[in-house]
Amino acid sequence: MAKAKDTVSRTLMVALVLSIVFSVVVSTAAVMLRPAQIQNQNLDIKTNILSAAGMLEPGASAQEIEETFERFDVRLVDLDSGEFVEPSAVGVEDPMKYDMYKAASDPQMSTNIPASEDKAGIKRRPNVAKVYTLSENGELVRVVLPIHGYGLWSTLYGFISLKGDLNTVEGLGFYSHAETPGLGGEVDNPRWKSQWEGKVVYGEDRTEPQIKLVKGGVSADARDKEHKIDALSGATLTSRGVEQLVNYWMGERGFAPFLQKLREGEV
Amino acid sequence: MAGSTAKQVLFEPIFSNNPIALQILGICSALAVTTSMSVSIVMCLAVIAVTAFSNLAVSLVRAQIPGSIRIIVQMTIIASLVIVVDQILKAYAYEISKQLSVFVGLIITNCIVMGRAEGFAMNNPPLLSFLDGIGNGLGYSVILLFVAFFRELLGAGSLFGVSLLPVVNEGGWYVPNGLLLLPPSAFFIIGLAIWGLRVWKPEQVEEPDYKMSRHKAKEAF
Repeated sequence: MAKAKDTVSRTLMVALVLSIVFSVVVSTAAVMLRPAQIQNQNLDIKTNILSAAGMLEPGASAQEIEETFERFDVRLVDLDSGEFVEPSAVGVEDPMKYDMYKAASDPQMSTNIPASEDKAGIKRRPNVAKVYTLSENGELVRVVLPIHGYGLWSTLYGFISLKGDLNTVEGLGFYSHAETPGLGGEVDNPRWKSQWEGKVVYGEDRTEPQIKLVKGGVSADARDKEHKIDALSGATLTSRGVEQLVNYWMGERGFAPFLQKLREGEV
Repeated sequence: MAGSTAKQVLFEPIFSNNPIALQILGICSALAVTTSMSVSIVMCLAVIAVTAFSNLAVSLVRAQIPGSIRIIVQMTIIASLVIVVDQILKAYAYEISKQLSVFVGLIITNCIVMGRAEGFAMNNPPLLSFLDGIGNGLGYSVILLFVAFFRELLGAGSLFGVSLLPVVNEGGWYVPNGLLLLPPSAFFIIGLAIWGLRVWKPEQVEEPDYKMSRHKAKEAF
């Protein structure tokens, strides 16, 4: 019997049948579970946006998150000119479907960042970014901007939310990173994140972002304390990464032109 | 292993023949996913499901598998099951699947799964193989949860995400032990667990490979 099942034709037959059966199993699972997975991913992004904007109620249900998120406008912005662009310019119908991180690896839709300016360590930047704005009674109250950059081990992806003056931080949060748990990983610590609220991004001239992560805490009488945040203890490089990526994205190569236009009411 | 009873294959791997503590298999994921209890539990369930069903599937077709491609056949079965488990987690436990990230996929390379398919399921009937898979999955889980208990409690001051020892960063008094959050700490805890297990069950202690000769004072000069 051992002979019979070891013939070449038999071996090929078993391999073929097995491949077919298991490819059917795997693809069925993938196709059937796809809608639920996409829903999860979208919900996750929305949760992170609301969390950065300080609008996430603890224990909110999926439906409550969807409802709160509905109040936001999702817009696409050309980073160089700072102007809104139509979704059709990047080949999508619904701005929600545009993936700026995928665009960053497409030479047509992104630009190389010269090494001297690449503070965030991201090498390429998409031409068009996805921003979330919230208006109440015709007045802009929140702008949530995607930010990312390199920390110590990993690229941190997150959102920063600005108040209606487009200068004061409402909140900041990272939804994806692989920094050292307990040290750099403390970027997720709610106590640390809560320091960002009320910090001021730009100085008097409103062009250069001034955010600094400093060691040893920020005392009440420190100079420029509105720009300073206590760095993470034991995580010098993650702290430096966060400082640089925030300044990069708030700077001239990031969202500064857009914020400038928005402030002047031009877009 | 021929002639083992259902009870034996189900419960022996938990303490008497533990895949991690005695056979030292599956250490890699035990280091990676044990920073918190809830993540470990999901990982354990995933591994139990994969070992049980891969054993079942391998055992069902064991008479048909040609010897020359048996390892590939086992890998195909295991890999398919792991992908299915990964898809299910992404659909129904998204948060945790994000934390487990690549480690669900790496169940494919978990030596326990492959070891049981080749070592047990190839020679035993389906039901017994299925139970053997569950048993070994449980043995893996016992160690994982033991490690995760200490790592989360002493490393983050909490269990299942519920804060028990209020940590300094959040205004409490407990200074968490950072080492326990890093993978190497699992080596220490697994080592201590193996020590404890072998004190309890001395028959697991291996014969030393060699004996040190007596020290002779003369050789020092």
